[in-house]
Amino acid sequence: MTSPTPAPAPADGTAVPPALRLTDVTLSLGSDEQRVTALDQVTLAVSPGEFLAVTGPSGSGKSSLLAVAGGLQTPTEGTVHVAGTDLTALTERRRTAHRRRHIGYVFQHANLFASLTALEQLLLPAHIAGRLDAAARTRATELLEAVGMTHRADRRPHQLSGGERQRVGLARALVLAPEVLLVDEPTSALDRARARDVADLLAEQTRANNTATVMVTHDTEILDAADRVLTLRDGRLV
Amino acid sequence: MFLALRDLRFARGRFALIGAVVAMIAVLGVILSGLATGLADAGVSSLRALPVTHLAFDKSASGELFSRSTVTRSTWRQWAAQPGVRKAEPLGQQLVHAQLTGPKAKQLDLAVFGVEPKGFLAPSPLKGKPLSEAPADGVLISEEIAKEGVGIGDRLTVGQADTPLTVVGTIGHASFGHVGAVYAPLPLWQKLHYGLPGQVPAAAAEQATAVALQLAPSADTAAIDKRLGTKTVDRAGAFAASPGYVAESSTMTLIRGFLYAISALVVGAFFTVWTIQRRQEIALLKAMGASTGYILRDALTQVTAILLAATAAGTAVGLALGGAMNGSAPFSLQTGQVTMAGVLLIVLGLAGAAVAVRRITKVQALTALGANR
Repeated sequence: MTSPTPAPAPADGTAVPPALRLTDVTLSLGSDEQRVTALDQVTLAVSPGEFLAVTGPSGSGKSSLLAVAGGLQTPTEGTVHVAGTDLTALTERRRTAHRRRHIGYVFQHANLFASLTALEQLLLPAHIAGRLDAAARTRATELLEAVGMTHRADRRPHQLSGGERQRVGLARALVLAPEVLLVDEPTSALDRARARDVADLLAEQTRANNTATVMVTHDTEILDAADRVLTLRDGRLV
Repeated sequence: MFLALRDLRFARGRFALIGAVVAMIAVLGVILSGLATGLADAGVSSLRALPVTHLAFDKSASGELFSRSTVTRSTWRQWAAQPGVRKAEPLGQQLVHAQLTGPKAKQLDLAVFGVEPKGFLAPSPLKGKPLSEAPADGVLISEEIAKEGVGIGDRLTVGQADTPLTVVGTIGHASFGHVGAVYAPLPLWQKLHYGLPGQVPAAAAEQATAVALQLAPSADTAAIDKRLGTKTVDRAGAFAASPGYVAESSTMTLIRGFLYAISALVVGAFFTVWTIQRRQEIALLKAMGASTGYILRDALTQVTAILLAATAAGTAVGLALGGAMNGSAPFSLQTGQVTMAGVLLIVLGLAGAAVAVRRITKVQALTALGANR
């Protein structure tokens, strides 16, 4: 499970285009004298319903990979296609709009908003997208149930455990049904049991929502939840 | 608005603090507005009530024209004959000390206006007789003098000559230079102005302070001034000739200006700190696909909600405090000025906050990712 190519096509023979495709992506940071290559000729593709884990030591380029894949950073070279659109060809404004519609982020420490309840965390993306309607409320409620957080719907982040916050963060990322889910070190602040729960939940929701999920992690004990594992070292996939 | 209003509820202690500061500024704004209007009223309400369009003073007078100008009978007669002049009459003005005689004896300051008893400047009394039906020493007193305990039939004496005045009627509010107004027939005013016992000299009996004018728009005041040796100002321009009016007005304007500048700075400073503290949340919103416009709208909605609520509360408290002053200070509120004070506070607060929340545009969505924190 270390190939940079996507998972095999379905048995019925129909070709499923990858939801996320990085082609020869290089990301150089800093000025000329102190130039650092964060990503070096990275090529990968992730299909809908596939859960890809990317691991590697600190400074290997994992977070840079997520930043480039989500359009938060523009690569120095190469292209990034999300849901069929090349992010590198878009303006900042259109890239933001594309991210809103097609990409969900799950952040380290969940990054929930302190003033919002668990349910409101899920309604916020719909409000940002201008789609806070009854359907969005139903979807949010269903997702909270799917991640086992219905009973904590009215709690704010400081009233939730680390694992619960990550569950809410995952549900929030899925609420607008993105094609691509990008997950940043989701278990870094969790104990073993909770880390396992979150990893299994990610795998489960990837399949349930047919998202192309990319998770970067240090945590080697949760890699088996992924369909495929890639290792980054010095910005290169090895 | 989704996040802004929930933040307000969640961090209500923090927002209550800035709200209280804005509310206190609004209280000060209302009180200063009331004092500014009250002081202006106390300074020039008698001039505001004059049925004139312009006043012509001696051209050599400057600054506080009412105490420095003298015009003669020939001047007001010539003014009356000029083209575009509908009415022209002499107006005398003199600040004097008076002694109320009888059982209520006390000392008073009076702003005495000398007018022709049958002329257009003579006010209609609310109570008592008009000057046209009064004896030669009859005067009309304003409400300010009446509040000092002076009533119809009371006698006052003025100056070294102990010139007697008999109160024959009362009018409404009218004051000049913070002194209650009294309207006297012009010959009586000339006697007070001369100030010495005995017969008023013929020259003093020909004098007044200014010529009160009702002019048609076609009147060429500059040309007439040149011909007659006068200096004509419109009624509002004459306010500046009232004692202390310019100094008071400019002081109050300066204080209010500083207050609003401070409010903009305070609100701006608060939202600068708040925006810096929210940097991570703003990055997160951007990473979730929120446009900069969405985040700015959200932040400015928050500012507007605070400013509106705090200004409304502060204005209400200011009005209550103003009402409680109940004549103990020159305080007068006008709806337009109170509204303007509130609107200014909100607009300048928003301007201060807008400068602060501009920082939102500089926050990078990338900051939301762990490695970039």
